[in-house]
Amino acid sequence: MAAPCVELPKGGFSFDNCARNARLEQLGLKFPTAYKTGTTIAGAIFKDGVVLGADTRATEDTVVADKNCAKIHYLSDNMYCCGAGTAADTEMTTQLISAELELHRLNTGRVPRVATANRLLKQMLYRYQGHIGAALVLGGVDVTGPNLYSIWPHGSTDKLPYVTMGSGSLAAMATFEDRFKPDMTREEAMKLVRDAIAAGIFNDLGSGSNVDLCVITKDKVEYIRPYEVANIRGVKQRSYRYQRGTTAILSSEVKKLDLDVFGTEVKHQPMDTQ
Amino acid sequence: MAMMMTSGFPNSEGLGVGMEWMNNEVSTGTTLAATEFEGGVIIGADSRTTTGSYVANRVTDKLTKITDYIYCCRSGSAADTQAIADIVKYHVDFHRMETGEEPLVNTVANIFRQLCYENRDQISAGIIVAGWDKQKGGQVYSIPLGGMLQRMPYSIGGSGSTYLYGYVDAGYKPNMKKEDALQFIANAVSLAINRDGSSGGIIRLAAISKDGVERFTLTGKDMPKFFEDS
Repeated sequence: MAAPCVELPKGGFSFDNCARNARLEQLGLKFPTAYKTGTTIAGAIFKDGVVLGADTRATEDTVVADKNCAKIHYLSDNMYCCGAGTAADTEMTTQLISAELELHRLNTGRVPRVATANRLLKQMLYRYQGHIGAALVLGGVDVTGPNLYSIWPHGSTDKLPYVTMGSGSLAAMATFEDRFKPDMTREEAMKLVRDAIAAGIFNDLGSGSNVDLCVITKDKVEYIRPYEVANIRGVKQRSYRYQRGTTAILSSEVKKLDLDVFGTEVKHQPMDTQ
Repeated sequence: MAMMMTSGFPNSEGLGVGMEWMNNEVSTGTTLAATEFEGGVIIGADSRTTTGSYVANRVTDKLTKITDYIYCCRSGSAADTQAIADIVKYHVDFHRMETGEEPLVNTVANIFRQLCYENRDQISAGIIVAGWDKQKGGQVYSIPLGGMLQRMPYSIGGSGSTYLYGYVDAGYKPNMKKEDALQFIANAVSLAINRDGSSGGIIRLAAISKDGVERFTLTGKDMPKFFEDS
């Protein structure tokens, strides 16, 4: 009889280190942190389109890593997607789905639907069981009209007339719950989403800097970045620069370095194809 | 197993609300109820979806269509149950094309059971499958957490169901009229909403019979009222 033999799997993921890492973490080891964006993102449907909004702060633990980053990502000409969570994950996820949607458009010869993008995103995130830390607000206009979805890292989705995501989602949702109404005008909707993002910027420590907006209607997209600079740098009352010569020079000396300079010329050589 | 790398920003001194929304799974702490009646089935659910202590969606539709005559009620992880429902719908649509007939409720319930049972260690999904077919009429099937399948004349599910066992056992009658059955389910969901913190919002109902599905939503004043200490 053949002896039982351990055969290594040919491909796929390896979770060998998961138990070890969990034990190390238990013992107090600090693992390196992923680059996450404390974020406020939001979207709302209005009479003939959708408005997406985002703040522009990217954080690395308590440090503001980027004061003006773009969180509204392109998916297709009629769809955009705001991303919160792990910055790398939202970026790569939206790029991948954007490519899939373009291929779908080329194959079918039709403008891709928002429901299609939603399916692609949720099935990808579900497959990774929450390990892709992408929380998304997906909005766009297709043959069925304006559509808006929120997509969670574990792969569940909600289809709603107004949604918020990120650490500032509570502040933004409070604004929506107070003032949202169906069939708003474009200007009303833009003002409301601006106010929702501003609520996140001012009341959530993880969000800050500017407001970006993206207004999508039947055959026009307006990506406004920045829509508003919410935090203008104050003007200093006085100049605190030191006058030239404030520090006295006690002595100075100029030294000459002995260097030999070589030059090498690289000439064109045809590749050996024999 | 460590799921996410770290807690979110800001992680020290408990400054403000953290990023629990990223680590906690979106779940439907739920109340579900379903019953057979004279000509079909009634299903009902609340509309609350939560992430930790945050209400992620207050108008969720947990009554999910599988066919024109068969619906499922979802409880547990939102991601898991949505994914399962999508997969089942795919199989059922394919099955209908192959057989050229409307799928049986029993068939659909068994596809749900197979997915729930075989992946029982990785998913958390408590599902009620209900619908009508011309073989057995209105039917209710319950698939609790471990992936067991059982046909029942009436069934309740979700976190809010613990408050309802007495009510449904005392109140259920075989062969109810549609209106009475609708009231029975609406009452059950309303009672659970008022006692279970993870259930709330509005009441969504559906009546499924040979004529297809009729949908109802009860909001605010229309929701059944019981004793309240005011």
